[in-house]
Amino acid sequence: MIGALGFTAPWLLLGLIALPILWVLLRAVPPAPIRRIFPSVTLLLGLKDDEQVSDRTPWWLLLLRMLALAALIIGLAGPVLNPRSDEIGRGPLLIAIDASWASAPDWPTRIDMMDRVLRDTARAGRTAAILNLSAPEQVTFQSATEVQSTLAGLNPSAWEPSHSAQSIEPLLSDDAFDTVWLSDEIARDTRNDIVGLFTSKGALRVLNAPSTPIALAPARFESGVTILEARRATNGPAQTVQAEVHGKDPAGAPRILARADIVFENSAKTAIAEVSLPAELRARITHFALAGVRSAGAVTLSDDSLRRREVALIAGREDREGLELLSPLHYLRQALQPNAELLEGSLLDILPAAPDVVILADVATIAPAEKAALTDWVEEGGLLVRFAGSRLAGSDVSRSSEDMLMPVRLRAGGRTVGGAMSWGTPKALAPFTEDSPFFGLPLAGDVDVSSQVMAQPDPTLAARVIASLSDGTPLVTRKPLGEGQIVLFHVTANAEWSSLPLSGLFVSMLDRLAISSLAGDQQASGLEGTTWKPIRVVNGFGRIADADTLPGVAGERLFDDPLGPDLQPGLYEGKARQIARNLISAETVLNVASWPVGTDIRQMQTRPETPFGGILLSLALALLMIDIVASLAMSGRLRGAIVGIGALLLLNFPADAQQDAFALAASSELVLGHVITRNADVDRVAEAGLFGLSQTLFFHTSIEPADPVGIDLETDELAFFPLLYWPITPDQPAPSANAYSKLNAYLRSGGMILFDTRDADIARFGAASPNGRKLQSLAAPLDIPPLEPLPADHVLTRTFYLLQDFPGRHTARDVWLEAAPKNAERVEGMPFRNLNDGVSPVVIGGNDWAAAWAMDARGSSMFPIGRGFAGERQRELAYRFGVNLVMHVLTGNYKSDQVHVPALLDRLGQ
Amino acid sequence: MNTPRTLRLNAESEASRLPPLLVRAEHLAGTVLLGEHGRRRAGMGDDFWQYRPVQLGDSRRMIDWRRSARSDNEFVREREWQVAQSVMLWVDASASMRFTSNTSHPEKSDRARLIALAASILLIKGGERVGVTGTDLPPRRGRAQVLRLAEHFSHNADVEYGVPEARAMLPHARALFISDFMGDIDAVEQALTKAADRGVRGALMQVLDPAEESFPFHGRTIFESAGKTLRYETLKANDLRDKYLEKLAARKDALRHLCSVTGWQFTTHHTDASAQTALLWLHRALEQSA
Repeated sequence: MIGALGFTAPWLLLGLIALPILWVLLRAVPPAPIRRIFPSVTLLLGLKDDEQVSDRTPWWLLLLRMLALAALIIGLAGPVLNPRSDEIGRGPLLIAIDASWASAPDWPTRIDMMDRVLRDTARAGRTAAILNLSAPEQVTFQSATEVQSTLAGLNPSAWEPSHSAQSIEPLLSDDAFDTVWLSDEIARDTRNDIVGLFTSKGALRVLNAPSTPIALAPARFESGVTILEARRATNGPAQTVQAEVHGKDPAGAPRILARADIVFENSAKTAIAEVSLPAELRARITHFALAGVRSAGAVTLSDDSLRRREVALIAGREDREGLELLSPLHYLRQALQPNAELLEGSLLDILPAAPDVVILADVATIAPAEKAALTDWVEEGGLLVRFAGSRLAGSDVSRSSEDMLMPVRLRAGGRTVGGAMSWGTPKALAPFTEDSPFFGLPLAGDVDVSSQVMAQPDPTLAARVIASLSDGTPLVTRKPLGEGQIVLFHVTANAEWSSLPLSGLFVSMLDRLAISSLAGDQQASGLEGTTWKPIRVVNGFGRIADADTLPGVAGERLFDDPLGPDLQPGLYEGKARQIARNLISAETVLNVASWPVGTDIRQMQTRPETPFGGILLSLALALLMIDIVASLAMSGRLRGAIVGIGALLLLNFPADAQQDAFALAASSELVLGHVITRNADVDRVAEAGLFGLSQTLFFHTSIEPADPVGIDLETDELAFFPLLYWPITPDQPAPSANAYSKLNAYLRSGGMILFDTRDADIARFGAASPNGRKLQSLAAPLDIPPLEPLPADHVLTRTFYLLQDFPGRHTARDVWLEAAPKNAERVEGMPFRNLNDGVSPVVIGGNDWAAAWAMDARGSSMFPIGRGFAGERQRELAYRFGVNLVMHVLTGNYKSDQVHVPALLDRLGQ
Repeated sequence: MNTPRTLRLNAESEASRLPPLLVRAEHLAGTVLLGEHGRRRAGMGDDFWQYRPVQLGDSRRMIDWRRSARSDNEFVREREWQVAQSVMLWVDASASMRFTSNTSHPEKSDRARLIALAASILLIKGGERVGVTGTDLPPRRGRAQVLRLAEHFSHNADVEYGVPEARAMLPHARALFISDFMGDIDAVEQALTKAADRGVRGALMQVLDPAEESFPFHGRTIFESAGKTLRYETLKANDLRDKYLEKLAARKDALRHLCSVTGWQFTTHHTDASAQTALLWLHRALEQSA
């Protein structure tokens, strides 16, 4: 082993000694000659080569071969990068793993490590077992491959391995074994004992992870900012981690609401970041996490303390329409809107929704049913806040005896100070006492109270006052009721009696009263006998999942019991609130494990062992390939090889070239096309016929077509041809689906097909003839519109010649084409109907026009038509039909438009 | 390609492209066989040449009475003296001719035989007598001779390089030698001088493969003759090219010089060129040498 390099078969390297010998040998052997038959060799006899250098292999070729050979030898010697260190012991092997949250970030490395250890164990034929210290089970030694297959099911736990040596010992076998301990490097009390346990059984090696665990403490809220604290086990160098604040956006989708960098100073173990979030956002936070750290320790859930509270607002009088600023609820709404969910409605409607707070503004009398419901609700932990007002002052509520829903008894009438009809000046607030929840709030100097309801002096009064005026009269009183409490503000909720609702102090006071948020004091006390249902739990990797079937947890265990399989970190729900139990508590301190002196500690091998013999062997192969090329070049054979490869490449081109040639031939001039039927006679006649028609067009009209082309529907492009002549034979193959789609595209884009059954029979629409039947089957998949026999006023009868008969070799009268639209009517005074606009996509007939048109190269007709002069006349008419047809295809309904000329002239007054 | 039938078919198609090649007779000298070439003098033949007055020694039978009746003198009708020329062919059938550097053009021997047979067909159509030098196939006329020639050309010789056959040459005949002339040039010289001595004139056509003209070889190569009796090894064939081309030019010069001394025509034909050009050249060459 040389540094990070090792060989599996180092003796093979001796082969390198042979290289210089090979150098000498190879140098002497020139490249092999080519033998060529060459009759003119007689001329060569007597000639001499200029140089003799090439007699020997050139040095660079030799070097190439040497390199190839060296690569081969080294490759076969089995070089290994980062070779594994030696194994431990000889007996059964126990792999102990902490499998805690701290192992989670580099869990794959640990699994790899175990896999490697197990592979080695299997190779040595030893048995093995895995002991998960976070969830220990009875250890049974099995074959290492068996154990290897269970690795995939191993996951880190979201809690600390808290089992002591005593609880683990019974799980181990009595026989001796060796141990490899994959530790997570967090200090625990139980560690030393367990080390002692393992060393008593055999050798122990501890494998340490290369990274140090890092964790996020639960978020704190102090004076409006959220404080995130990260902790790490080692006091290492400066480090920056990013904390993410996760929450839901208004649409309810999970989002990252904010990010903050937590910067560890050099050799600091904790670091904090302050995140200032609007209350709006803060209420939506679900959890905090360290970015990029997959660990339960890097996640801390937030609970009710951040939840948006539901506040029910109920006013005594709602009828002061239009006076918004005088509404008793106006200032409350303004103060609470940003932080709380406001509910309004009647009490009985609202209470089932379990609001956190109910505020009664100047509500004096409450109906008995409402009162009972409200009392129940307060006793279960509700917070009832009442504000005084003229109604309350004028009523008898809590006058003679203390009302259940009032903290104090009231004097009749209340008092007014500082008004026009009273002595004295409006009263200011007295400083808050230490036991008041408002303690510490700065007093606003401009708050004065001009009216209030007065509490009856009472033995309990002093304890219930939490805020008073400067003259000592109570301003805010409070009394607990059941689990809840009742708070009375002795002034109105609007600015009628005091300027308190106008001041910032009002908002702070509401805040302190936990109306707008729950400054939760989460204590185990008061949770006895309750059951908390897990809603979401965090797994070892820090992933938050729904806690589907996990059982509920007793309230007294929720805060203090160590986490474990039956108390997983997560969010727990009680009757009215949610509590988050986080893995890292505010007190958790992370430390690096200290191992007993003499423990065999090694760093976990993170870089995998990489054999790279294969790379060297392929390098050797590549060099030999280069050598082939170079040798060919040396012996003059390279040119042939290149030509051969080039010829192979060129073989691919002709198909394209052929298509291009076809496209050029078909599109550089107008070309008529006929469909190839695979019947040689029919195809020959069709070609000759189109040739004859092309000639006729050339001499009689301004259409000057080139020679016609036979079209294979399967391979040729149709778009170049304005007209396809399709003679029908009974035995022609039907086009493929692909060809039909091409044909349909052709018909839709304005092409025309002239079907010719060549039997003079289709006109009767009898499918009696084989050609007719074939036409029907051929045309069935085509996109053909409704047809009709060619009407006497169709544009085809006058596109060039005036025709009424369309004979070919036969003289059947009927030719079918696209039917005229239903509403086509003959206009008064017009010779023709205004028929369809486009070109009929098909013309169907059976007159065997191609035979009548057919013309050989010398321009003489190929087939006799009819008899004598009448026959020649028939041929002439056939040509005229062809000319009309091509004209119709090329000019469309141009001749049809001429019918409008008289009307236009008439309108112009000429 | 080598069977008599295909050879003849190809030759016929080549021959059909030219008008019949008429070789003008210049000398009579010995060969007095009637042919279709008028010798521009009175003699034996079919075509009318002239009327002349009867001279002493003419037999009465020779008098053309129809002409004589129109005048007072007697006339004898003379006919043009028509002779047929003999053309002797020699086509190299040796192993060195059976070579082609590329499948896209024919072997040298194929091309040589095609040209030779095409020329013979033209000559025979023109009424000439065509034969092969040596004693195998003396000059004869008629279509049957074409078949015999084709049959003769389908034989290959085993020798490495051909030596022109100059035996049994008819005096003052025409001759056509087709070969690559890569063998001993002394033998060619001997044959030509021997032919010239007999008054035989003709054409020498050197047929070469394009590879022999351009020498497109590289690297270490062993060149072998077709019969593998000769071999030459080089380490850098590409460096040899210029020297080879010099020697080839020298060989051509030697042949051309030989031809000009003996009054023959010389050309070089490459197998990648059209056979028609070679035939055209032969047409003109045989006309000139006549």
